[in-house]
Amino acid sequence: MRKVYALWAARNREYYRDKASLFWSFLVTPFIVVVLAVAFSSDNREILKVGVLTQAGTDTRVFSDDPAIERIDYRDSELAMQRISHHQLDMLIKPGAVLTYWINPESASGLLLEKLLKAETSDHLDRQEISGQKVRYIDWVIPGILAMNMMFSGLWGVGYVIVRYRKNGVLKRLQATPLKSWQFITAQGLSRVIIMLSVTCLVFVACDLFLDFMMNGSYLLLLFIALLGSLSIMSISLLMAARTASEELANGLLNVVSFPMLLLSELWFSLDSAPQWLIYVSKMLPLTHIVHAARAVMLEGAGLAAISTNLLVLVVTSVVFLLAASLSFRWQVE
Amino acid sequence: MTAIIRIENLQKKFGKNEAVKGISFDIPQGICFGLLGPNGAGKTTTVEMIEGIRRPSAGSVLYRGKPRDDDFYQQIGIQFQSTALMDFLTTREVLRLFSELYANPLPEQELIGLCQLSEFLDTYATRLSGGQRQRLLLAVALVNDPEVLFLDEPTTGLDPQARRNFWQLIKDVRHQGKTVVLTTHYMDEAELLCDQLVIMDQGRVIANGTPPQLLKQHFGYHYVCLDNSEVSIDLETLGKPYHRENGFLAIETESVEDTLNQLMSMNVSLGSLKVRNPTLDDLFLKLTGHHLRE
Repeated sequence: MRKVYALWAARNREYYRDKASLFWSFLVTPFIVVVLAVAFSSDNREILKVGVLTQAGTDTRVFSDDPAIERIDYRDSELAMQRISHHQLDMLIKPGAVLTYWINPESASGLLLEKLLKAETSDHLDRQEISGQKVRYIDWVIPGILAMNMMFSGLWGVGYVIVRYRKNGVLKRLQATPLKSWQFITAQGLSRVIIMLSVTCLVFVACDLFLDFMMNGSYLLLLFIALLGSLSIMSISLLMAARTASEELANGLLNVVSFPMLLLSELWFSLDSAPQWLIYVSKMLPLTHIVHAARAVMLEGAGLAAISTNLLVLVVTSVVFLLAASLSFRWQVE
Repeated sequence: MTAIIRIENLQKKFGKNEAVKGISFDIPQGICFGLLGPNGAGKTTTVEMIEGIRRPSAGSVLYRGKPRDDDFYQQIGIQFQSTALMDFLTTREVLRLFSELYANPLPEQELIGLCQLSEFLDTYATRLSGGQRQRLLLAVALVNDPEVLFLDEPTTGLDPQARRNFWQLIKDVRHQGKTVVLTTHYMDEAELLCDQLVIMDQGRVIANGTPPQLLKQHFGYHYVCLDNSEVSIDLETLGKPYHRENGFLAIETESVEDTLNQLMSMNVSLGSLKVRNPTLDDLFLKLTGHHLRE
């Protein structure tokens, strides 16, 4: 443990004495969040959104020709109703002999669509109401931005550093001591996890001061998600860096990993209207589970049981990738 | 003398390139042992295989008569030819970091005194001069009070003053009874510091022994050297072997007096005359046909 602690402390010193790195971590990220918040604060949507619960053999042509109304197909009725509750969907329709529709009575767009629906169809209608607090875009996107920040910090803060150490000979110097590779990996990983958690907490508090975003769940549970998420992301980074000796290659590999997560983990937009296969791909990415779990806690006040699947995925990916990284790690690449 | 390290048929291949071609030698305990050779001779690859940093393609390395075990790194110290230290750590912090990695580190003050680090203890290691940096790297290599100290080209890139200071440090370490394994392409460094040498070229050991032994074994003559511009005679009439080096003509002779008389009788000016004994560079030239620095 003495060796791990010594390396951990050295890595921390390297981090906090690097002024440029500190500036980027602690000031630039909150700044980006605030800029985004201001940019999206109007929440003006030009089109109305109607969800349609798709079932075999039933469909409806209601609102199918109106360019001002976007139709989104849902298979998961629970998810669709959650969207109504959060004002992210204006109306949900279930086709059938009696056309059932759900609106949030506190949503002006929902009430407008109800009027349009009654004018457009002569079918029998069954009105259902779902109440729920309005989720602003910034409330919805904050967990995504925090997770994105964690992802970049974890991927580049560990993997890139190890590759740099390998290239400039620091790893070779450490190899010539009684230090074991697992001790080195543990020290690097622990240092980065603590940095990631600290930065995330600080950004969270700073953003909350400016934006007062929605937080309905347990702070402790959110911290636990951040811890498991950091471990999962960092373990991917360690695996990428296990044998890479070129910073250019490391950069490429980290981009290959980060870009799909950036696009498909619902950081910025929902994949509700995406093809099913893309949703499956999204669910294979650890970042998706971090974001989903964090949103569930922050927006819906979800407890441990409700996000257990997300947490299990993060634990499994952390264990598998850390094990693979430890087994494949090389101090030098010939 | 007892061998602390025995190298047997050591070989290293990088793809089709055979960098080290099945070499064998013993490193006796308690001496300064040199690996001398030009750049690309395979010295660093050899020494890194001995250190356990590189895996040999074939052959074995025995430490105290046995294969190296996990304890080996507690007993050796290494100063690499090129290495970096972590950014934003001071000299003192680097020493403390490496001290923590060993079971029985030397007291910090002893290391600071031995390697003369006191004037830059609180300076970031990345901001040290070449000589200061080499002294810190030597201290890092000595932090565990090693039995065997490996120094790979430790004075490359240093100015003459820093080189001389570093040589004194190596002598001090050597006088503590440690075994020092030094790789170098500087013949003056090898002659000054090494008790025993292997000379390598193109992955092979071409000579092995103490510097005086090697010179006595291969040379029975001296060199009479004259500035090229002062010699206009037909050199073949001298009837002695010669070669040219750094603007000088070097004539091999078993009797300096006879050769000087011969030159004077031929009216050759002796204004630039130098008489010198053969060096390790001459030995290398004799064995390989090229100089150490080529």
